Amino acid sequence: MVVRAKGFFTDTTVCIGCKACQVACREWNQDKLPNAFEHVHEHPPHLLGTSYDNTGHLSSVNWRHVKFIEQFSEDRTQQSRWLMMSDCCKHCVNAPCLEVCPTGSLIRTEFDSVYVQPEVCNGCRDCVAACPFGVISYGEWDGKVHKCTLCYDRLQVGLQPACAQACPTQSIQFGDVDELMERAKKRVATLHERGVKEAYIYGDKDILYDPASGKGGLNVFYLLVDKPEVYGLPANPQIPSKTVPKSSAFSILTAFIVGLIGIFSFRDRRIREIQKNENLRT
Amino acid sequence: MPGLGVSYGRGGATTFQQDTQHSDCIVIMGSNMAECHPVGFRWPMKAKAKGATLIHIDPRFTRTSAMADIYVPIRAGTDIVFLGALINYVIQNELYFKEYVLAYTNAATLINPEYKDTEDLNGLFSGYNPESRKYDNKTWQYQYEPVNLEPAGDSFSEKVKANHKGKPKQDLTLQDPNCVFQILKRHYARYTSEMVEKVCGTPKDLFLKVAETITKNSGREKTTVFCYAVGWTQHTVGVQYIRAAAILQLLLGNIGRPGGGILALRGHATIQGSTDLATLYNVLPGYLAQPSALKKHATLEEYILTETPATGWWHNTPKYIVSLLKAWYGDAATKENNFAYDYLPKIIGDHSHMPMFVGMKEGKVKGFFAFGQNPAVGGQNAEFQRQGLADLDWMVVLDLYETETAAFWKREGVRSEDIKTEVFFIPAAAVAEKAGSFTNTQRMVQWHDKAVDPPGDARSDLDFVYDLGKRLKKLYAGSTDPKDRPILDMTWDYGEHEADPYLVMKEINGYTVADKKPVKSFTELKDDGTTAAGGWIYSGIIPEEGKNLAASRNPDNYVSLGWGFAWPANRRILYNRASADPSGKPWSERKKYIWWDPEADAGGGKKGKWVGYDIPDFPATKPPDAPAKPDGLGLDAHSGADPFIMKVDGKGWLFAPSGLLDGPLPTHYEPMETPVENPMYKQQVNPVVIRFDLKGNEYIKVGDPNYPIVISTYRLTEHHLSGTMSRWLPWLAELQPELFVEISPELAGEKGIQNGDWVTIITPRAEIEAKALVTRRLRPFRLGDGKIIHQIGMPWHWGYQGVVKGDIVNNLSALVGDPNVTIHEGKVFTCNIRKGRRQRTANV
Repeated sequence: MVVRAKGFFTDTTVCIGCKACQVACREWNQDKLPNAFEHVHEHPPHLLGTSYDNTGHLSSVNWRHVKFIEQFSEDRTQQSRWLMMSDCCKHCVNAPCLEVCPTGSLIRTEFDSVYVQPEVCNGCRDCVAACPFGVISYGEWDGKVHKCTLCYDRLQVGLQPACAQACPTQSIQFGDVDELMERAKKRVATLHERGVKEAYIYGDKDILYDPASGKGGLNVFYLLVDKPEVYGLPANPQIPSKTVPKSSAFSILTAFIVGLIGIFSFRDRRIREIQKNENLRT
Repeated sequence: MPGLGVSYGRGGATTFQQDTQHSDCIVIMGSNMAECHPVGFRWPMKAKAKGATLIHIDPRFTRTSAMADIYVPIRAGTDIVFLGALINYVIQNELYFKEYVLAYTNAATLINPEYKDTEDLNGLFSGYNPESRKYDNKTWQYQYEPVNLEPAGDSFSEKVKANHKGKPKQDLTLQDPNCVFQILKRHYARYTSEMVEKVCGTPKDLFLKVAETITKNSGREKTTVFCYAVGWTQHTVGVQYIRAAAILQLLLGNIGRPGGGILALRGHATIQGSTDLATLYNVLPGYLAQPSALKKHATLEEYILTETPATGWWHNTPKYIVSLLKAWYGDAATKENNFAYDYLPKIIGDHSHMPMFVGMKEGKVKGFFAFGQNPAVGGQNAEFQRQGLADLDWMVVLDLYETETAAFWKREGVRSEDIKTEVFFIPAAAVAEKAGSFTNTQRMVQWHDKAVDPPGDARSDLDFVYDLGKRLKKLYAGSTDPKDRPILDMTWDYGEHEADPYLVMKEINGYTVADKKPVKSFTELKDDGTTAAGGWIYSGIIPEEGKNLAASRNPDNYVSLGWGFAWPANRRILYNRASADPSGKPWSERKKYIWWDPEADAGGGKKGKWVGYDIPDFPATKPPDAPAKPDGLGLDAHSGADPFIMKVDGKGWLFAPSGLLDGPLPTHYEPMETPVENPMYKQQVNPVVIRFDLKGNEYIKVGDPNYPIVISTYRLTEHHLSGTMSRWLPWLAELQPELFVEISPELAGEKGIQNGDWVTIITPRAEIEAKALVTRRLRPFRLGDGKIIHQIGMPWHWGYQGVVKGDIVNNLSALVGDPNVTIHEGKVFTCNIRKGRRQRTANV
């Protein structure tokens, strides 16, 4: 029973890219992850050459990931911006991963977060395909999928998630989603007043909205100053069940056409074979 | 340290990080605060959230620039031109805080008419001796009106009357050509916005935007703070960079006031503490001079007479040195033997880091302890330093891991059997495995308890040193040789078995000798041997037995006097008397901090004292209208409106008649290695720069076409210094796994380098390799003569040990020093680059 949804408001305009969140996440969750010393030995890390990002994406061991986006015009004066954003699971109100999980491993917790129960996960990876944000990853080391738990174990004892606690500039703010959203809207208004007209919230109700239930949005939402795609976020993510009728109709039609082609080509082949045989006879 | 010390009186940040939340404008220059001080950076971010303007001035667009409202590119090594131009802008446009400048600075003081400026002598001040490459500062001195003063007593305090120079002459109209204000005005007249564009490569309009923003955010109602770090210090004129900011902040009236000040960001936990309590070779704890064979220091009395001014707080020096000797030598320190003054070793030259390694190579230094230090990676011209280690007889390294220093004898390219040094590696306890204190960037001492026992044989540095001392005492026991007395007589009782850091802190705090009761303040210390104190500036940290204020944890939303203890006397903003006007009223309601309350109970039936949010950095009941006594000693020579109590004249020093070896005013010199001829003076580099003309330390000549590229070295958030606390930790190592070199696309294009390519970086000292990170965050600078200067940058965290490895960047740099503190110039030197991997071994 959800009491009040918990989540993060991530204000990317105050993120300094220090990665304290990423380290705090790895440290807190070390009991759920492979031994760090063995892991670094087996997977020697390399410079990616993508600004100051060297982990590249969310993964089975990095449940947080800080993105660095350099935006500089050739003369550095038209545009001069280094955007940073700390990313993790969005804990969607309508979570696609939850819909497709065949084992019931993925559950919604009392904090309205989305949680993988590792002991139930069979490693089918349907959720990996279903997540529109590329959040869930398959762990080669244990054959199960992994992602941010919103520090479920910490929330249960009244602590806030490790990343939010470690964030020095309050770019990651943890709390009740409705309160956070109010705060975020105020922040957007302030930024607009100060001339940062491009500031907006990504992850309000409109995202992954389900008209049937009237619900939508991300419990982990962001204040951005550029298009979602710039941050590697989908502009218009989809809920699988909402696209089922459309896509299944398409599939049926496709199957029908494929079937027809098959029938016609077999028929065609048969005709040719008969003709060939007849030619031989004559 | 001397940059702030000479200007204001103390070598520490004038303010605290939390105070920056009340700044109207924050200028970060010579610092990548978001990168290197991410936790403290929350306070500037708070100010920004409230609407303050954040300005970042730096050669590179960094994590700090990303947060700034105004980012200002500047060619590395030209900060004095930029700051000098701000000073000139403020003076020419009469935007200085007139009442503040007149009352609280030495603007009106008259200087010796013989003084000649760099403007007169093409880059030199009067008093320069080209043979010795040193200044005689006689012509930089104040003019004094003599006062009659006969030494009247036998005490040290009485004897130092002989040092009374009289009353400094002033012209309060600021018109006298010999007054500091006029000298300052002339000195910076050529430092214009055009000159900034020409020399710094900073667009003129951008400079003017900064000048307007800073001046609009200074004055009665508003304050601006400057934050700097090693981006200012690591230069051959580094101390003068800080001086330039100190002058500007005095002119704008931003010192001693909330939201103002200069925040010196230290590069390492408890770096402030280590200079306070004295890892520097030339200072004893509490910034007392180390006795020197080169000065008149033969006896305690000579030392005191040489080091003690008659006026200002340092008049108390005899109390502090005698109490220090009592703390160290206990009962063996008696009035008859001059409190065992002769036990103190005397310095015979510059024994700082770089000369120490030269000394190793010359065979003068035989043994070496490395505590939490990794010079094989962190030292400049690092291979030179590693070779120095090979010339030692023995070396002891205490660290968390086998650092590059501990393993120097098995590095690539050397034959271990050729190295005679005996190396002892002692595993050290990490911070959570020991109790003790940190003194942070804002002079605040914070206690930490031990959480777990250290693993195996690992032990704390304190415990190791304590044990070593006990063993030495045992070895010398029974000796009658006088040279062994200092070790035998040294007080060394910090616990039965392990050292108890509380007992160490109690000794630092000080106590009365008779009953061992802690003193409440350094004002209780005496020069007659009845008190002892191991570091007078920390006095008051243990005001009574068992009460350790460093461990106090009672914060509030702002000054938080109940959290930790800040020296001196728990004052958080220094010189805070200046937050009130000369009559004692706050300059404005908005910037109220400390003020005179004539009705407040001052005790003893008297009324009137200084009150406010902080501990007054001023005699608590000295009224604002108290006149200065021309023949007075100590603070009696100051009036009730002289906030800079440590200074002989009670004033903030715009012009520094003494205390700095390279001039009374900051002047632009090019770095030791630069592609640019000094556009401002004939004098190319700091005339008193410390050179090390040694084999293996060859300097690149000005404009050498073989080395046309400027390079800076620096740090990343993900790693700490030489990497000992981060490169061994996978969580951090993975975040910045490989050494890289940041190159602008323009330079990369010229050299045919693509992002991710291997690149070799070359200087006469070494060649090393790194991956290219091609980024527009770096840019070429176009100077006045149309010349394009390329700049690259490299973080220096890697070495040949640890979880992730890489070439050592400090192999590239040269040994060269600022004359005041012998700091190196890692922030700017020259090099060349080429595509591809290095051809020879990086380490030799």
